[in-house]
Amino acid sequence: MRWINTRPGRGAQLTLLLLPFVLLIAAYSAGSVARLAENPSDKLLPNLAGFADAINRMAFLPDPRTGEYLLWSDTVASLIRLFAGLGISTVMALVLGMAIGMLPYLRALLSPFVAVISMVPPLALLPILFIIMGLGDASKIALIVIGVAPTMVRDLALKALELPREQIIKAETLGGSSWQIALRVVLPQILPRLITCLRLQLGPAWLFLIAAEAISSDSGLGYRIFLVRRYLSMDIIFPYVVWITLLAVVTNYILDRVRIAVFPWSELEKQA
Amino acid sequence: MSELIIENVWKEYGDQIVLENVSLTIASRAFVALVGPSGCGKTTFLRMLLGQERPTRGTILLDGQPIPTEPGRDRGVVFQRYSVFPHLTVLGNVLLGKEFSNARYKAKLFGAARRNAVEEARKLIGEVGLSGAEQKYPAQLSGGMQQRLALAQALIMKPKVLLLDEPFGALDPGIRAEIHTLMKRLWHETQMTVVMVTHDIREAFTLASRVVAFERRRDRPEEKQRYGATITKDISIWPPRLAGVPSKFSPDRDGPIDSLGYSRDDPALSGE
Repeated sequence: MRWINTRPGRGAQLTLLLLPFVLLIAAYSAGSVARLAENPSDKLLPNLAGFADAINRMAFLPDPRTGEYLLWSDTVASLIRLFAGLGISTVMALVLGMAIGMLPYLRALLSPFVAVISMVPPLALLPILFIIMGLGDASKIALIVIGVAPTMVRDLALKALELPREQIIKAETLGGSSWQIALRVVLPQILPRLITCLRLQLGPAWLFLIAAEAISSDSGLGYRIFLVRRYLSMDIIFPYVVWITLLAVVTNYILDRVRIAVFPWSELEKQA
Repeated sequence: MSELIIENVWKEYGDQIVLENVSLTIASRAFVALVGPSGCGKTTFLRMLLGQERPTRGTILLDGQPIPTEPGRDRGVVFQRYSVFPHLTVLGNVLLGKEFSNARYKAKLFGAARRNAVEEARKLIGEVGLSGAEQKYPAQLSGGMQQRLALAQALIMKPKVLLLDEPFGALDPGIRAEIHTLMKRLWHETQMTVVMVTHDIREAFTLASRVVAFERRRDRPEEKQRYGATITKDISIWPPRLAGVPSKFSPDRDGPIDSLGYSRDDPALSGE
């Protein structure tokens, strides 16, 4: 049988799914054991007990100085910034993307501009943002928006343009005005794409958030990682990285579920 | 009344002449089939009737008025593909026209207005044989059912003219025969003017009251650019067919029934 036609069974699929994770953990454990055997106070690759201790300290014991549970207060601070940034980007993408996709005049006006703006490296703008908007949350949210919104706007504009011309014509023959067609034909059809687009932008959004937090902040997951870096606290950094990854993976999964639940037809179309 | 008068229409794209000097008068309640080789401008001609494109020269009149330069509710259309909205159920698709015309800003109906519209839509869905599929999405329907849906969707607007762009071209022969029967019945019932582009000569002669052939008079490679297609054959079907008028000569099963003064469930008919 050809390789392209051999498929794993259910059990094999699960094993294959877990294999890379298990290998990664095994490789880390082996490295940790080797280093700790040589020097028990080595900080570079802590063992499981070290992690458990650090997680307990960060998540379940109040900080002696502020009385806060640092992992949770960091998470809340970061998520507020992340979702504020993504929320603003989503609204911008929806309004601008649809306008560019549907209205030739606005397309002529904005499409090249957005294309150029999306090429500006957002991190290069970070100093400007800090100077103009101060070191608070506003500049961090602005960085996420600048980093994420142009791509989303372009993606949604393309999606709106991609809608078959026949559909728009058909809607016109049903007496729809531009507004009505936007509301009932274009908007519902690009919303699933908006969610997918949002999922794809989760990675960049976290990147910009952590970069901004690393440079200047007093709370947040990125802030904490870069703070404890000074003390080589790998026992805190690793759990934080895993936690951030987990947050991103869960958000990604939930967004996809939401798409399928709210727009059942978008899944049908994919299979058709 | 819905008489179409096409006078000396030319269509050029840059140097390329597609249609030259097309003149045609389509009587109210006629069913005109446009046939001809691929690329001879049949679809371009239909698009001009639709208002999607404008003739380079010449005029097109609907009931004595120049047709609007954009698609509108007086001219319904069914394309070969993408005629229905994938994000709406069967009922939602048929309802859309009603919602466009009755709810200017929300483009959605509620309460009693919605109930009335739903009732009308359900009747039409029954007419085209889709009863029971009201809550399905187009991706769950077969090709033939999708085209039936597209017809129902267009007919709820009661257009003066129905334009069909190879609507049944992608269907297999059995389904096509069924939908032909339906098409004939709908034409008689609604008594609208129909213009259909088709590749299928048999289909043209089965359905139409008049078959018009488009062809390039000069088709050598070096002439192709500067000579467009025009009407080369204009065949009226004998015996004449007209929407809503039973044929005297070969009353076929799809035609309207001659009133015999009693209804079909009259006991006298069954001999009881």
